[in-house]
Amino acid sequence: MKKRQRGLILALAPFVLMVLAFQVVPVFSMLTGSFRHADGAGFTLGNYQHALSSAYYLQAIKNSLLISVFSSLIGLAVGLVCAYCITRFAPAVRDRLLMLSNMTSNFAGVPLAFAYIILLGNNGVFTLLFKQWGWNVFDGFNLYSWSGLILVYVYFQIPLALLLLYPAFYGIREQWREAAALLGAGSWQFWRTVGLPVLSPAIFGTLGILFANAMGAYATAYALVGGNYNLLAVRIGSLVAGDVVTQPQMGSTLAVLLALSTLLAVFLNQRMVQRMEGLGGRNSAGRERSSGLLRRRWPAVREEAGQ
Amino acid sequence: MNTRKAGIAPRTFMLLLMIYLLLPLLATGLYAFAQDWQNTLLPRSWTLGWFRGMFQDIRFLEALWNSLYLCVISVLLSLAVMLPAVFVITVYFPRWESFMKGVVVLPYAVPGVVAAVGLIRAYSSGPFDISGTAYLLVGAYFVVILPYMYQGIRNSLLSVSAVELLNAAELLGARRRSAFINVILPNIWPGVMVSALLSFSVLFGEFVLTNMLVGGHIQTIQVYLFRRVGESGHLASAIAISYFVFILLLSAVLMKLGMKIKGQAK
Repeated sequence: MKKRQRGLILALAPFVLMVLAFQVVPVFSMLTGSFRHADGAGFTLGNYQHALSSAYYLQAIKNSLLISVFSSLIGLAVGLVCAYCITRFAPAVRDRLLMLSNMTSNFAGVPLAFAYIILLGNNGVFTLLFKQWGWNVFDGFNLYSWSGLILVYVYFQIPLALLLLYPAFYGIREQWREAAALLGAGSWQFWRTVGLPVLSPAIFGTLGILFANAMGAYATAYALVGGNYNLLAVRIGSLVAGDVVTQPQMGSTLAVLLALSTLLAVFLNQRMVQRMEGLGGRNSAGRERSSGLLRRRWPAVREEAGQ
Repeated sequence: MNTRKAGIAPRTFMLLLMIYLLLPLLATGLYAFAQDWQNTLLPRSWTLGWFRGMFQDIRFLEALWNSLYLCVISVLLSLAVMLPAVFVITVYFPRWESFMKGVVVLPYAVPGVVAAVGLIRAYSSGPFDISGTAYLLVGAYFVVILPYMYQGIRNSLLSVSAVELLNAAELLGARRRSAFINVILPNIWPGVMVSALLSFSVLFGEFVLTNMLVGGHIQTIQVYLFRRVGESGHLASAIAISYFVFILLLSAVLMKLGMKIKGQAK
């Protein structure tokens, strides 16, 4: 019996070791770092005090929050409309549409920022073309600024929102609509009193994931504006591995703040998923949602995991 | 919702969405083949020169090689560590499952920048000074693909009813280790392959950790792309498009595999 036990523990040891070394120790080190003085000794709350009072860091936090909220809300709105539209198509067309949006969700980070530079940058194809044609729709537009960042963020939020939301629409039964119609409810009234309340956990859960996704996005912003735009993720990057002066303690502090916000958002998503499941009868929709992040990447995995 | 025929509004919306989603891809593709594209709707002349330039660039080939071996090593390491661990937890210690799930899902909620901060702080001094080395990156990659590997292996184990299989094998006199290697592994292999390929492609597209942890020392394809954007737009588009086509091919393989598994399960 002893020997059996030893074999099992031996099989688990490498896993425990790897998780300890590359997940637990770094998190611990980041936490302690955020409570250290700049010279690396002693315990202090000063870093947090500084982060939450310095105009510069506050602006980074505010910019990140704003861009995350805006891009999530836009992504959510477009995702909702499109997810509803997708349910109106025949299954074959629907699968193809989902596959296409899935495909584009692999197009993120550096290549995405790069594509937008080609399209709308200073010497972008459309920028030059519109100038040539005398159109001035893009006169006030600058890709390397707030509006450009929003545009690019929305691009990677929409497919994610769509893929997370569309299963929830299958929870709404055609019979409910018929019943509502029989009772004299119009289409608008049905959605307001039945449809949206049923969808609401999925909507709030998706919002959480989108928010976390935008808060943590680094590659896209970094490739687009470098260190020029004051975002929390970009700021952390330059504090820790910067070209100028590295301030690992301050970087750790901001990183803890960022992690808190994304953890909170993902927690919201988990709670909402549980509520979806708790509603009963729509378990399939809830299950589909629960590991939505994993399945967003490929339909193959979605099918495989859905068994 | 069993409507089969889509109305005019859904059609319009989906068409707009597809144009919006595919336009950046299309533009990058055109740019990669364009020789002269200044002020016309479509390029005036075409060339394969950018792709030729890409394959003649020794730094590109180096970056490709770096990406490939780092991703392969990380996925193999993850397989070697995760297969026995998930098996033991699922079969012998199901009570620990929720704990393991928590550990494994954490990388979802923690953005790459945050993970990089911790890793840099923990390993840039002291007894384990491995900053800027492939060891650190492989460790970081291991954590990135934890959720994919765990979910894939666990699902495969559950869908082949590993516990029953194992009991049957042990009843027939097989030792546990040989039961695992000869009975369980062959059965879960297709599902495990899917997770491994998925993990591979996730790592292939990784930029944040790579750039922050080893960007100055080891250039992967994403880091290389980032460095080249400022130099030649055409060349960078050629690289971006090649990368994207590669990922598409990989996902096609994944889909085929996934369908095959589904077919077997039925």
